[in-house]
Amino acid sequence: MRTLELLTGGAAVAQAMRQIDPDVVPVYPITPQTPIIQRFASYVANGVAHTELVDVESEHSAMSAAIGASLAGARTMTATSSQGLALMAEVVYIAASMRAPVVMALGNRALSGPINIHCDHSDSMLIRDSGVVQLFAENAQEAYDLTLIAPRLAEHPEVLLPVLVCLDGFTITHSAEPVALLPDGAVSEFVGEYEVPYAMLDLRNPSTHGPFAMPDYYYELRRAQTAAQEAVLGVFPALAGEFAVLSGRDYGLVEAYRLDDAERAIVALGSTAGTVKDVVDDLRDEGEPVGLLKIVAFRPFPALEAAAALEGVARVAVLDRADSPGGCPPLHAEVAAALYGSGAALEGHVYGLGGRDLHPGEIREVFAGAAPAYIGLRGEPWPV
Amino acid sequence: MARLKTLVRNERGVPPLRGGHSLCQGCGVPLVVRTVLSSIRTPVVVVNATGCLEVATTRYPTTAWNVPWIHVAFENAAAVASGIEAAGKALQRRNALGADEEITVVTFAGDGGTYDIGLQALSGALERGHRFVFVCYDNEAYMNTGVQRSGATPFGASTTTSPAGLDSFGKAQKRKDMTAIVIGHHIPYVAQAVASHWHDLSVKVERAAAADGPAFLNVLTDCPVGWGHEPRLAGEVLDSAVETHFWPLYDVDRGKYRLSYVPERQQPIEKWLECQIRFAHLLRPEGRPLVDAIQAQIDEDWGDLLARCEPVAFGGQR
Repeated sequence: MRTLELLTGGAAVAQAMRQIDPDVVPVYPITPQTPIIQRFASYVANGVAHTELVDVESEHSAMSAAIGASLAGARTMTATSSQGLALMAEVVYIAASMRAPVVMALGNRALSGPINIHCDHSDSMLIRDSGVVQLFAENAQEAYDLTLIAPRLAEHPEVLLPVLVCLDGFTITHSAEPVALLPDGAVSEFVGEYEVPYAMLDLRNPSTHGPFAMPDYYYELRRAQTAAQEAVLGVFPALAGEFAVLSGRDYGLVEAYRLDDAERAIVALGSTAGTVKDVVDDLRDEGEPVGLLKIVAFRPFPALEAAAALEGVARVAVLDRADSPGGCPPLHAEVAAALYGSGAALEGHVYGLGGRDLHPGEIREVFAGAAPAYIGLRGEPWPV
Repeated sequence: MARLKTLVRNERGVPPLRGGHSLCQGCGVPLVVRTVLSSIRTPVVVVNATGCLEVATTRYPTTAWNVPWIHVAFENAAAVASGIEAAGKALQRRNALGADEEITVVTFAGDGGTYDIGLQALSGALERGHRFVFVCYDNEAYMNTGVQRSGATPFGASTTTSPAGLDSFGKAQKRKDMTAIVIGHHIPYVAQAVASHWHDLSVKVERAAAADGPAFLNVLTDCPVGWGHEPRLAGEVLDSAVETHFWPLYDVDRGKYRLSYVPERQQPIEKWLECQIRFAHLLRPEGRPLVDAIQAQIDEDWGDLLARCEPVAFGGQR
């Protein structure tokens, strides 16, 4: 019953959206996410998706409309990248606090400045503490699969949070790969009906959304969001299990790749994990005890799962595709906290900012303990 | 056509906005909200921009609202309303709402959330043609944060960020003509109203709610704190804005301009200026040229408006 199609990651996400058939999709263009909304718009225009497309005038309004639609009682999805996410950041925080289960594809792209359209994870990291769930795809297939799981996760009564499916700009959004699609009916059945408590259009039970909270309640309301994030650590694996039965493809909060007897490991997010897997296979063939820990859920960060997967690994190298000027890069900080007291030797590397490629040779250097803190960077003097 | 008794009866039972909120004595905002909501006969969903109305009516875990109500942020009320309107259409299509459930989405925002920070989202929503009623309660400054100058603050008004002083006569620029900006979007219905003319406002709300597309109401609303007047004088102060031609009452119905109230005899602008502390500095002898300039501007604007209008008044009751 499976069909295999040659699709870019963007097209695969658009296919997932068509199959989910959301009620409302606010759209605003930004590279490299645009192919998602364009293709989805053509599905609506041709009657194969039955969605109210709202062509908003900015990403700020895209998320604002999404909050309104989602809390009104409509399943709502959107997509953005980089500056779009930066512009909507204010409302992303509010979406999480209002517990609006909006699903959004994020075509990861470097933040300005200088302006750049290519991949890094600085946009994701900008909203690291916003309260939204962030799942990272390794390839087009994962972008498709995670998009199908996302509404169930977002709308789960213990969660009720926005869920971002992050796919590396260009590397995933624009690269064509064979993608196994589920039958439309199977997706409808898996996704089910949209249900939120206190839908605003339930006129007989009027509800107040987004009130003003002073010091006597704000703290508890924020704590409730943290609890919802924590719930994802249990809910996501359960949904992924259900999805595995349907698709034959299994997802965890993390993916341990050839880590069982590994002495050295790399931790990475997104498409880079695919390149690292390739290098791990080569090095294993050469007899090197190396492995990879791919982080699927960056928020919530599965610290226990990461620590368990890395147990017994003597040297761990974290690859960050975002810097934190003046501080510890975000993934490095998470892994350091997760491994605190484990005795593992930990090192961090920044790579690939603004879409600079990471080559297999550089990954070999990381495994050999010979890579610089900033991989692939030209030497001083820096241009100003 | 609305009668006061009808509006009161419409509110009976479960009023959309209950008492017990913490808006100031003499504040025109609840007056506008109650007149607007009691003039709409379908169920409503209320979207509120950040501001006094939101802060004073929804301190968690309490609420003064008996209708579905949402607040997201300051600048995006019209975008939130767009999403709700789209959700309503989508749910109707898949029969998740009763077929008879016609809903009016009403947005309330102050002048900051309309003229300034909310302008982009409003413009986008108007251009897209969502069916909703956007009500600006225009009290001519950022009152919730302590009376700062906005694009709606009139020339010469003293605010905390355009204070009158030895080298300043208050705001040095003319206010933005927000109603004209909205008219430029060619939406089905635009009106200018005032909180003290409840009947005129109510008629305009009925027209706005019946419009097949976006409708916009710019309602001049007093703020005793920011304007500097006795709370009990709110009605008189607001009336003087209309009687002096400072705030003409008119609407633009599918492109057709109509004056809805013509004062019997235009009052001099001093009538509007002298009842508010924010203009007190203008009434000193050295302020004379400024007052004359304000009068000249008002007369010119009134002339321009008259040239566009068919003077069809629908009663002058208050």
